[in-house]
This record gives sequence, C-alpha cells and structure tokens, in this order.
Amino acid sequence: MSIRRPSKEQPENFEFNSASLEAAKSIAEKYPKDKKESAVMALLYIAQKQNSNWIPLAAMKYIGKFLDMPYIKVYEVATFYTMYNLAPVGKYFIQVCTTTPCMIRGAHKLVEACKEKISENENKLSKDLSCSWMEVECLGACVNAPMMQINDEYYEDLNKGKTLKILDIILSGETPKPGSYRGRINNEPENNRKTLMDLKNA
Amino acid sequence: MLKDKDRIFQNLYNDNGSDVESSKKRGDWTNTKELIEKGRDWIINEVKASELRGRGGAGFPTGLKWSFAPKELGSRPHYLVINADESEPGTCKDRDILRFEPHKLIEGCLIAAYAVQAHVCYIYIRGEYFIDGKKLQAAIDEAYEKNLIGKNALESGWDLDIYIHYGAGAYICGEETALLESIEGKKGLPRLKPPFPALIGLYGCPTIINNVETIAVVPTILRRGGKWFASLGKAKNTGTKIFCISGNVNNPCNVEEEMSISLKELIEVHAGGVIGGWDNLQAVIPGGSSMPLIPQKTCETLTMDFDSLMAEKSGLGTAGIVVINKDQDIIKCMARIARFYKHESCGQCTPCREGTGWMWRMLERMAKGEASRDEVDMLGDVTNQIAGHTICAFGEGSSWPVQGLLRHFKKEIEDRNDLNPTIKKEKNIPYLIDQHLLDKKNA
Repeated sequence: MSIRRPSKEQPENFEFNSASLEAAKSIAEKYPKDKKESAVMALLYIAQKQNSNWIPLAAMKYIGKFLDMPYIKVYEVATFYTMYNLAPVGKYFIQVCTTTPCMIRGAHKLVEACKEKISENENKLSKDLSCSWMEVECLGACVNAPMMQINDEYYEDLNKGKTLKILDIILSGETPKPGSYRGRINNEPENNRKTLMDLKNA
Repeated sequence: MLKDKDRIFQNLYNDNGSDVESSKKRGDWTNTKELIEKGRDWIINEVKASELRGRGGAGFPTGLKWSFAPKELGSRPHYLVINADESEPGTCKDRDILRFEPHKLIEGCLIAAYAVQAHVCYIYIRGEYFIDGKKLQAAIDEAYEKNLIGKNALESGWDLDIYIHYGAGAYICGEETALLESIEGKKGLPRLKPPFPALIGLYGCPTIINNVETIAVVPTILRRGGKWFASLGKAKNTGTKIFCISGNVNNPCNVEEEMSISLKELIEVHAGGVIGGWDNLQAVIPGGSSMPLIPQKTCETLTMDFDSLMAEKSGLGTAGIVVINKDQDIIKCMARIARFYKHESCGQCTPCREGTGWMWRMLERMAKGEASRDEVDMLGDVTNQIAGHTICAFGEGSSWPVQGLLRHFKKEIEDRNDLNPTIKKEKNIPYLIDQHLLDKKNA
C-alpha cells in the first residue's frame, strides 16, 4: 500500500462550476437511478480537473452531498486510488514510469532529468511553480519504454537528452508533442516489421 | 509465422485508421445481424468449439464462462463488464485494441451482451489510458449514430448501452471482483468467491466479465467459424494472441502471432533479437510480471502457450514478455517488481499487505549484498506464507516472481549474500528494528 495524506493547507469551500455540473449530470445518467454512488470516481476526476489538478477535502464533502453518500465513503475512495492528487501538483504533472520493463531500459535517466530540471525531490513544485514530477508504477506502455506521462498524454521511447528537451518545452509554458520520440509508428517493430506488410504498403 | 490473412487485428499498428468506415473495410460489422439471429446457443457453442481461453491472464474458457450466466432473465438485469484495466507490468496489448480496433471490441460487446442477455455493458478502462478511452468513446458515439448499438441495435431487437468507467490507478482493480467494487463507487477491494460474479456480480446482479482481447476476437471467430480458430495453435491452447515483447530487445513491439509459437522466434524474428545477442540473454518473464521468470537454457525450446508454460512452473498470463539480458542485475529487477506489488497491494488481507513489503525490503537488501545466508530460505518461506492465503490471486501474483527468482537464481543471491551476522558485525544492517520507520522515503 502507499501512504497518501491530504494536504495541510485546504481551501474553505468548493463548488462545481457550471461546466463541471453539466459533466457531472451526464455522468450520473450512465448508472442505474438507485446506484448514484457509482459516479463518485468520475466526479472526483471532474473536481480534480476544475481545481487545478488536485482534490481538496471540501470537494470530497461537496461530492458526498451531491451523491447522497457519507463523506467518509468519498474520502475512502479518494485516498485509495493513486490518481487522485490530494495535494497541489504542478500545472504540468509529470509521472515517470520506473517499473521493471522501463527500469531495464534506463528509466532512472528520466528521473535524473526530472531532478535536474524540475526539483530534487518528488512531488515538489519547480521554481516557477508550474511543474512537479513523481515516480509511478507501470503505465502500460512497456514496449515503448522508457516513457513518462505528462497530464493525460504519453511520451514514449525517451532517453535523457530527449527528456531534458521535453522538460525545457514545458518550462517555457508550452505543451510538447506526445507519442514516440524515436519516430516510430505506434507499437510496430522499428525497421523490422514482418507482419501485415500489404496494409503498410497500401 | 502466421499468415497475414489469419491475423485478427489487422489494424494493430494503425495503418488504416480506426473509424467505423475503415473498420468496415476490414470486415467488422459485415454480418453481425445474421450472427445474432443464429441465436444464443449457437454463439456460445461456436465460442466453445473455438476453445478460446480468456486473454486477461487466468486463461478460463470463455464459452464456458458465458454459459454460467442464468438462462432466463429474472427480476435482476444481467451485466456485461469489459476489463480494460491493463496494469500488469510488461503488458500493453489492450491499449492498442482500444485505440486502433475499437469497433472489434464494440461489435464483440454486442454479440457477447446478446449471448449473456445483458442490456448494459461497462468498459472499465484504467485512468492512465484517458486518451485511448477518448478514442474508444468516439467509436462508441459513431456506433450509436449508425444504430450499431443502442435501442434495437442493428434491428436485431436487442438493446445495448455501452458506458466507459475510468479507474484511477489501482492495479488491483484488474481483479474482477475488485473491478466490480470500483464500478459500484467503492475502494477496489476484491470480494470473497463464491458467490461468483456470473450469479452475483455488479449491483448483486449476474455479471459476465471478460478481457478486452477476449471480446474483440469473438466476432472474427463467429465469422470464420470456431473450427478455424481451433485449427491455430494446439489443442486447448488455440487461436492467435497479441504478444508484447519489451525489455532488452532491439525492436520492442506488439505482434499478433499464433499460440504455441516458440519464444525464440518471437524474440529473434519479431523483436529483432536480444541486445548483445542470444547468448547475452539472462532470463525472460513470459507473461507479465506476476509470472515466474524462465532462465536462458529453457528459453531455447520454450513454446508460448498456457499448458507448456505451466509445465515450466510459469504461465502465459497476459503474454507480456519482458526480456532481461546479462547487463541487468536480476535481483534488482525482481526487487523492483516486489516494490510494485508492495505499492499495489490493496491492504485487505494481512499476509499480502505485510508480506509484499517484507519481500521488497529483503530483496532490496539482497541486491546490495546485505542479507545473511539463512535469509534466502526465509524469503522463500515468506512467499509460501502469502501464496494461497489471500482473498484474491494477488497473493500468488506477488510471490510467484520471487519464487521464480529463488528457483533459478538462488546461487547468485547466495554468492552475493554470505554475511553471517552471528559471528561478527560487519556492517550496520538495520533489519532487526522496525523497518517501516526507515521506509518513509520510498513509501
């Protein structure tokens, strides 16, 4: 298990804005009428998105009221799942995969790059407060290792130099192009494709 | 090598686009209505005849699973749930289906939902695959628009709604009952079985849960016949499978191949060989991180299917092959996997919650050479205390890789760790004090 603690500094209030409210209502339609609690995970995501990528306790209370469920149950869910950030993270939130398939292809070099460019420690904001990074467990892009995720997008086939470049782009306030950084197409074997050749040439 | 025309996932590398029109060109949705009109029994029998086994790791026969759903629709609705919570280290096949072959999955959902009499299908996608989920949602919207799903789908008289539910970074939600808990809006803690989900599942209703790849191959099986599928591979291990080859190979890739293909062919032909040559191979994890590793001498002749890997005391699992060459420290690799399991244990059962951390700490010390000789046997003992003593299979999944390491690389560990703390204190090793106070940095 991982230790997860809510931030010490918490805002007083939280309310969905109109866009979030609309999204929340369309989520509720997915589930049977008497099973509103199912929407809690999606609503936590909406709250996280609205509140610059982290979930304050006030939002958990608000969602509890919104779904007629006890606050503690929302709290349980928010603290169990690791993708809900319980403390502020950067506008660009960088997650470096360091599980074995990435590790043996040099994920520690990506971590080095993050340490150089962003902050010495995980979950600490960079000097301009725009970025933070952390090590995470397998992100499920093992044939594109080593890789990292920035907000929703995957950046694959990296090395230290390429990571440094990506981090420079982010620190200048822009979003780099996602996908493979070795120019390969999706998950095909680079320059070694032996299957589905007709389609490739079509 | 499998012929290209026998490959089910023609768009695995996204050569032709994933929208409904290009999918139709590849043969999706061509005679789905006729397939449905042949009736439930025909569909289930055809899937049984194909001997399709679940692609999510356990390899349970799919036709048999479907036949467990109650025959008559009672007062409780039935549900179909698709498991796209792909988090097993080494595995990334479902992601490609979600983003490049979504219509195969949606068509499979319609057929499977009809076969098990479900009107609602939830697709549980891991939260990290948000972009891939968006692509699937676009395909679902297309399908609604063309009345491929929805009310009276394809004018077959069957209503089907498909919804996506995102997970949020919990590996354990790939376990089917934890996944159901998660859809119900709770922590992903696995349930005791029985009752099995086929009778009491989501919201207490009969629920059939299948992996993405399993469902996505069903339409092709029905179209080309169960016999065609069963003719590939070998008995009880039939059909094709997407293999993910990662780690120390020259061209890591996903490739669809026949079951029972030799491991050497997969690595040498498709993945461009081991970095440093075949002789530089140290070990292979054949089926995602939960499966015990296989040493080089066995890799030479190994075939990739459920039964022959079982005979090697490993398993096919999700067919995520992680190749580890001799440049890597095998103990460190396994220590990192142990850390993964320590991080992902849900904490419900004590042997797993405490044991995963114990294994990780011991392996970390063993990688540094700070363990004593008898601790090597103690580690084996710890794994035996976890496996089989937990609610779900996570106990086995976390202890098997360590057992595999001990089975094949015990000598390496013992060579590195020959400390004898009872004679003299050589290093300051804090294993006698409460370890988790020291772990905070990595927790």
